[in-house]
Amino acid sequence: MRDLPSIRRNPVLLTLPAVLLLLVALGYPLAQVVARSFTDPEAGLGNYVWFFSRPVNLTVFRRTFEVSGWVTLICLVLAYPYAWLMTAVGPRVRLLMVLCVLVPFWVSGVVRTLAWVILLQDSGVINRMVMALGFEKLRLIRTQTGVIIGMTQVLLPFMIMPLYAVMRGIDLRLLQAARSLGARPFLAFLQIYLPLSLPGVLAGAVIVFILGLGFYITPALLGGPRATMLSTLAQQQVLQQLNWGKGGAMGVILLVSTLVLLAVAARLTRRRYRIAGGSK
Amino acid sequence: MADKERGAAVDIRAVTKTYGSFTALERVSLRIEAGQFMTFLGPSGSGKTTTLNVIAGFTGLTEGEILIGGRSVGNLPAHKRNVGVVFQHYALFPHMTVEANVAYPLKLRRVPPAERRRRVARTLDMVRLTDFVHRYPAELSGGQQQRVALARAMVFDPPLLLMDEPLGALDKKLREWLQLEIKRIHRELGTTFVYVTHDQEEALALSDRIAVFNRGRIEQVGSGRDLYENPKTLFVGRFIGESTVLAGPHEVRGGETVLRIGDERVSHPCQPSGAGRQTLLVRPEKITLRRRGAGPAPGGNRLSGRVSEAIYLGSGVKYEVTLADGTRGVARMALTDAPFALGDPVEIGWMKQDARLLPDDGSSQASQSGEEP
Amino acid sequence: MSRLQRLLIGLFCAAVALWLVAPTLVIVPISFAEKKSLAFPPDGFSLQWYANLVQSPDWSGSVLNSLKIAAIVAVVSTVIGTLAAIGIERMKARGGGIIRAILITPMIVPGVVMAIGIYAVYLDHQLVGTLLGYVLAHSMLAIPFVVIAVGASLSVFDARLETAAASLGASRPATFFTITLPLIAPGVLSGLLFAFVTSFDEVIVALFINSPTLKTLPVQIFASMTRDSDPTVAAVGTLIFALTSLAIAAGLWFGTRRRRS
Repeated sequence: MRDLPSIRRNPVLLTLPAVLLLLVALGYPLAQVVARSFTDPEAGLGNYVWFFSRPVNLTVFRRTFEVSGWVTLICLVLAYPYAWLMTAVGPRVRLLMVLCVLVPFWVSGVVRTLAWVILLQDSGVINRMVMALGFEKLRLIRTQTGVIIGMTQVLLPFMIMPLYAVMRGIDLRLLQAARSLGARPFLAFLQIYLPLSLPGVLAGAVIVFILGLGFYITPALLGGPRATMLSTLAQQQVLQQLNWGKGGAMGVILLVSTLVLLAVAARLTRRRYRIAGGSK
Repeated sequence: MADKERGAAVDIRAVTKTYGSFTALERVSLRIEAGQFMTFLGPSGSGKTTTLNVIAGFTGLTEGEILIGGRSVGNLPAHKRNVGVVFQHYALFPHMTVEANVAYPLKLRRVPPAERRRRVARTLDMVRLTDFVHRYPAELSGGQQQRVALARAMVFDPPLLLMDEPLGALDKKLREWLQLEIKRIHRELGTTFVYVTHDQEEALALSDRIAVFNRGRIEQVGSGRDLYENPKTLFVGRFIGESTVLAGPHEVRGGETVLRIGDERVSHPCQPSGAGRQTLLVRPEKITLRRRGAGPAPGGNRLSGRVSEAIYLGSGVKYEVTLADGTRGVARMALTDAPFALGDPVEIGWMKQDARLLPDDGSSQASQSGEEP
Repeated sequence: MSRLQRLLIGLFCAAVALWLVAPTLVIVPISFAEKKSLAFPPDGFSLQWYANLVQSPDWSGSVLNSLKIAAIVAVVSTVIGTLAAIGIERMKARGGGIIRAILITPMIVPGVVMAIGIYAVYLDHQLVGTLLGYVLAHSMLAIPFVVIAVGASLSVFDARLETAAASLGASRPATFFTITLPLIAPGVLSGLLFAFVTSFDEVIVALFINSPTLKTLPVQIFASMTRDSDPTVAAVGTLIFALTSLAIAAGLWFGTRRRRS
């Protein structure tokens, strides 16, 4: 009888290399971030006190959530009809729509942001069109609005895909049933389709919001100093000022916000299925 | 071509298999002779598939020993046992053609390509699928897929072939045809076949010997005829074929056992082997139906009841009779006999020695209420 | 749903689609600009920026670095991730779920937090700007994609095929290479692709751990964008876009051909 644990009896051994890699490349670094936020320059909550006591930081904190919120909302408004249309068209058109969604992924994130820089700059295409229409020149680059526009385009696919996945599974005969029972089409949509699509809405919103919180490239390039977000601030503290404590604290705050949001989303999902009677 | 030495004998010695607190097999022992066609028969959960898995090496055994061809397989891993297995859902490799599927075990055994092709062709010929070599499993019907699975399990000439309800997913006509094919292949190959099924008709049609499983134990081993005509337990008697089961308090009088059924009495020319409640089991073809009041035939028993079903079978008529105490009796009569109608008051009768006296194992109550086991 | 409503929604979605795609297309003409500016539309036509890509050591060097790192990361993370996905599939539901959640965390943790931590650790262990450093970090980032992609293939894989293979005489390694791997190949390959792209495009961690000697393409692009208006960036973007489009078109074309035969 062999003494070595066999893979057949313990498949968890197959996962060991991956888990080890994660511990070394993620677990240990995260521990360092957390540790340094509490110990640099001296032990205690100093960095957190510093963060929450300076109005500049609080503005950045608030702005980060605000921007993510707006991005999530706009993405939802844009994605909902798009995802719905994807379920309603034939396979060829759907493929085209899917490709349009995935095209942004093929180009690196940095280059995508570059495209927005070009478009949004003072002499860029958008402003040219605006001026041609007779309006005043818009200040888009290096503003919060510019950041929102850029982030929305980058994050829109992440809202469309979960929505489409859920919508695909909605049985349209339920709508027919509602109409046969006397509901006007719009009412049927509100009372039947919308609630059934909510899991997709929730999933997409959570993904987009969380990604938005941690977004670095787009805010950095499109926002400039007037629209700084938390990630940029953290990066500045560490790379430019070697302030591990302050940067670490901001990182921890970002991480905790993300985890709290995930927990809330998880709780919402569970409760929803319990109310619905859990058919899926 | 039939070489009786090609099969291996299988010895199952006191095999026990437990999953935590659940006992799937309890001290199961069985000897399967070389070249025999043995069927494991029983309801789901009776342990027949577990025994198969233990022989194949897919599951380990908790206690006991298994010998194939005289050699203990112990904890030998499945891929070293050289036993062919045919699964209920075929398990054909979808990314390989029929030819590649069947050649797979030969490739693993490093058989040279020319020899491989020859053996694959010969085996596919045996299952009558020569024209399908280049097709993919998805392009075949269920019956064809199962034959490919059979060919794949046979091609490397294993001394033992195990089949786990291979025909379960097929429709009746196809099943019957494949049963004959499997019998023919067994005769041609001479390998030892172990076949698992819950269908007693199938077991009777195919096998040399049948082992009846119930709740992790083998209740009886024998030929189909042995099991039908001389069941040793009530479970075996009721599982195989149809029967009338009579239960009631008994007493032993002058070498005979007398059972009280309702207000009537029947006797059996044997003494009970145990102390508990006894039952009498009678096969339908041994029961005759007569108008009430005709009186018993000499040397026979009779019980009164009413006809509750008359089923025309083409080859005869099957009557179900509800007796005075609620038991359901089954009789089979020829078409030339006088017909009975629903509700007719009748008597069922049988010659005393045609019944079997069996200890009650608790399942006799089901026939009182008319439920199927 | 009236025709007018349908038309409106159709137009709306067309606008969304355009909005998704158009910005990317903007960079294509800019890559052919004559002057060194990012003005749109550009004047003139010149291939100098493409030439610059090849000639400038900064640019060509970073492209080669990114390719090299991405290739290594793709292989490493696919092997490790595939093993893990198989392990998860075979484990009991709860244990497997926990391990799966652990392996997905790189997707949830905000990039900048990971970058700060990795930078701190790498400084302590002299890993900044090293090939090993990049490979470790990027593999970690790529593993969730591999686990999800391979996991999807595994969930439709019939494990009874492995039992059948064992009954026919295949040892566990033989079963894996002749039966399991060919059948989960789509998942493995798409995991490989995702891993490559994740590493090639990765920018946040790279910004922290790069050095003048080992710089990846995204870092070079970022630096160029913050420093001046060099259309070479547009040239790079266009090339990546063109190559990826070709690869996907080829993939789709092969896919439909396979299905037809």
